Amino acid sequence: MPYGPHAADDRARMLETIGIDTVDALFEDIPEGLRAGPLHLDEPEPELLLTARLAALAGRNRVDLASFLGAGAYRHWTPAVVDQMLLRGEWYTAYTPYQPEVSQGTLQSIYEYQSLLAALTGLDVVSASHYDGGAATAEAALMACRATRRDRILVSRAVHPHYRQTLETYAEGAGLEVDELPLVAEGPLAGTTDLGALERLLAEPDRPVAGVVAAQPNVLGLLEAMPEIGSLAHLAGALFVAVIEPVSLAVLAPPGEYGADIAAGEGQPLGIPLGYGGPYLGILACTDPLIRQIAGRLVGMTADLDGTRAFVMTMRAREQDIRREKAASNICTNQALLALAASIYLSAIGPHGLRDVAATGAARATELEAALAAAGAPRLHAGPYLNELVVRVPGARAVHARLLDRGILAGIPTADLLPDEPSLSDGLLVCATEVTTSDEIARFAAALAAELDPVATGGAA
Amino acid sequence: MSVVGERLQPTIFELSRPGRGGGKIPHPPADALDRIPPGSRRTTPPALPELAEPEVTRHFVNLSQLNYSVDTGFYPLGSCTMKYNPKLNEWAARLPGFANLHPMAPDSVAQGTLALLWELEGMLAEISGMDAVTLQPAAGAQGELTGILMVRAYHRARGDTARDEVLVPDSSHGTNPATASMAGFRTITIPSAPDGGVDIDAFKAALGPRTAAIMITNPSTLGLFERRISELLDATHAAGALAYMDGANLNAILGRFRPGDAGFDVMHFNTHKTFSTPHGGGGPGAGPVGVRRVLEPYLPAPRVIREADGTFRLETSRERPMSIGRVRSFFGSTGVLVRAYAYIRAHGGTGLHEVSDDAVLAANYLRARLRGTYQVPFDRPCKHEFVASAADIKHRTGVRTLDIAKRLIDKGYHPPTIYFPLTVEEGMLIEPTETESLETLDAFAEAMIEIAHEAETDPGLVTSAPHVAPVRRLDEATAARQPNLRWRGMTGAQTPCPD
Repeated sequence: MPYGPHAADDRARMLETIGIDTVDALFEDIPEGLRAGPLHLDEPEPELLLTARLAALAGRNRVDLASFLGAGAYRHWTPAVVDQMLLRGEWYTAYTPYQPEVSQGTLQSIYEYQSLLAALTGLDVVSASHYDGGAATAEAALMACRATRRDRILVSRAVHPHYRQTLETYAEGAGLEVDELPLVAEGPLAGTTDLGALERLLAEPDRPVAGVVAAQPNVLGLLEAMPEIGSLAHLAGALFVAVIEPVSLAVLAPPGEYGADIAAGEGQPLGIPLGYGGPYLGILACTDPLIRQIAGRLVGMTADLDGTRAFVMTMRAREQDIRREKAASNICTNQALLALAASIYLSAIGPHGLRDVAATGAARATELEAALAAAGAPRLHAGPYLNELVVRVPGARAVHARLLDRGILAGIPTADLLPDEPSLSDGLLVCATEVTTSDEIARFAAALAAELDPVATGGAA
Repeated sequence: MSVVGERLQPTIFELSRPGRGGGKIPHPPADALDRIPPGSRRTTPPALPELAEPEVTRHFVNLSQLNYSVDTGFYPLGSCTMKYNPKLNEWAARLPGFANLHPMAPDSVAQGTLALLWELEGMLAEISGMDAVTLQPAAGAQGELTGILMVRAYHRARGDTARDEVLVPDSSHGTNPATASMAGFRTITIPSAPDGGVDIDAFKAALGPRTAAIMITNPSTLGLFERRISELLDATHAAGALAYMDGANLNAILGRFRPGDAGFDVMHFNTHKTFSTPHGGGGPGAGPVGVRRVLEPYLPAPRVIREADGTFRLETSRERPMSIGRVRSFFGSTGVLVRAYAYIRAHGGTGLHEVSDDAVLAANYLRARLRGTYQVPFDRPCKHEFVASAADIKHRTGVRTLDIAKRLIDKGYHPPTIYFPLTVEEGMLIEPTETESLETLDAFAEAMIEIAHEAETDPGLVTSAPHVAPVRRLDEATAARQPNLRWRGMTGAQTPCPD
């Protein structure tokens, strides 16, 4: 066993103390008919060989492409200090801080995370973390239902489809109704949530709405009229759940300013690697009045017997290990180490740095928009966006596949992302961040031009 | 609340001074945000701290040193399995090919990760005796929800809609009843029998046409194998219900017992308990779920498919029409799964068998060493953990299990899990794991015995512990009554950006 600590006679001494001859005696309580035979797995692999195997597997992924993929997970530059700190065993080999006297590092770091995210979101209460943006959005909807004692959620179709699907899964278990808010199909507001439809759905007799869920920026990169959505929700007695992207909050109005009661979102852009989907960081925040409804752990400031400032998990009567079937959620393990990554990232990059990250992404996206338009793929929508946009590309799926052969990861075909939106059948959702280079943009534009008009550019048919 | 005393480490907000830091990325053009309408813009900068990198480093290093961890000492936290976290696995998850892969990358770009995930599904199926596995759930509790939602979908697909109850033993993890509630079921709590197992008569009496599933942790949270497991499972299936196994304690029975062979229909794995993925001070985890054939259609999408030509792809949702849907975004906690894969490969089938043997050996060794000093309510061979009780000590000396736990901190150990399961008076759940040396186990046993002696001779020393921890016991009541959940001392950054 590769990490076993025993010297030659240790096991024998332990068996002797127990008073048995073989370790098999400790398994005699497993009924005979149910005892397993040997596992059909490969032989143990020494570290030298395993290292080579893992490196070879990682090498089969192609991460050298010029990537314009976003859609809920974003390529960012992370200061080296973040991972150096995360590699300390005191952080990553500790458990949940059940014994606060020997867990002040983790506890204070969670308190700082809660504070940092409260500053970004403009909301009072931030949970210690959830699994990801999808599960956080689902928990936000459940919170809205508990708080209003209603059981119907309206969710914009411009909320990430994975989040909506997660919400539907959770809603099925909780017995909640989920109705989708359509998007405006054309005109200056195309691609954003249809406010007229929202008004109609909120006004349906005998179908009171617990919460309205909309994203800023939305999954198509567009800015939504969040204050108006919030006002309409509140007029109908519903809560307003804003799905947020944390880097954008350096430059966009925070949910606390435009009337959101709950914010949920994906914290991956705050110093967390793409890692094919996880582990990520679910952000969940709310206003003070909703504090007893929030799911997940909370850390508070207190003092020890000598009056020394200290931190502790608090308001635990909401949690599963105390309340069992009456808990606010079943969440136990969360994403503490990823919340720590976000805290280190925000501390290292600072308020000005975070603004620069967001604004540089916007500037790169402006450059990308112009280059792709010149290559024959103009923007599909007219409304304002931050750093992600949809461009019109006839036969987008096929073009996307051919661009891949040219070393360009051309975002994602909108027909794959939102297959039920006819207005999006010929689009590519593309994204730029501070790591996108002018050279990558130029290569993308040249390759796209060659695909769209092979004769004019002399490319292959 | 206000704190007047000392502080261990300033918060990052107290370390902030206007104008510090910066220089990490080039400034954008001044007009970068001009196209954002004023109504959508932020007017007050967020109140984030301004620090130079040396201070950031010291802050987080100093904070880290206030933590106890597996890398610094023995951590016998029962039910949590604080085994050694191999460093190779940290290296592997950070390989650029794994770490920089976008979750929506086309399959052709992601062949290395997809191959690993597909192999891992197969390994977990072999280890558990299940027919199919999803890797999507983000943690054990989400695995439970996934499993119980599949049970719900199964009954509904058969038109069996009257089943609205889930049976859960009183010794179970709190996540089990909380999960049942989230999935729309009523929890029926089954008492334990005097031998620590499920009370079979009470169980059979509760079982009926309204039972959707039972949720059993095996070995139980008392560290005991459920000896009458076949009887439980047969009765469950005879009643038309399904059997869920909470796999939190799978680390005790690798290569000894396969839940799928025994008749469990669905189970989750806790990768941080069985497969050594680090727990990170609370997370992340991963909670793969294995099912028998009857539940396979309901698994969350997407799973990884291996094509005839040996390439891999994610299935589409159209290929899984009966699925319960997604439980989170993207594929899952892939970085955690890479670590679990490396752990299984490093051990192979024989090594995993040894993992359980050594974990069970260590627990029984400690049980034998402590038996004369503490009560051991269920004094038969345990699996990977056992419950000791300080009830006698408390009645005699007034020293409680909580005090003993705090005194262990003084002696350099992380305390065991205390007051869980709820069914044992003054209980402490001790789980040494397979990666601790005999010297460590002996030293811990001696510390425990010493504390029992102190309880008799100098109880005040124990009840006022810890004495050498970074802080003394905390005022938890005030923290809950007057919650202070965030730093309020800072306003937004007022200074211009430093250059």
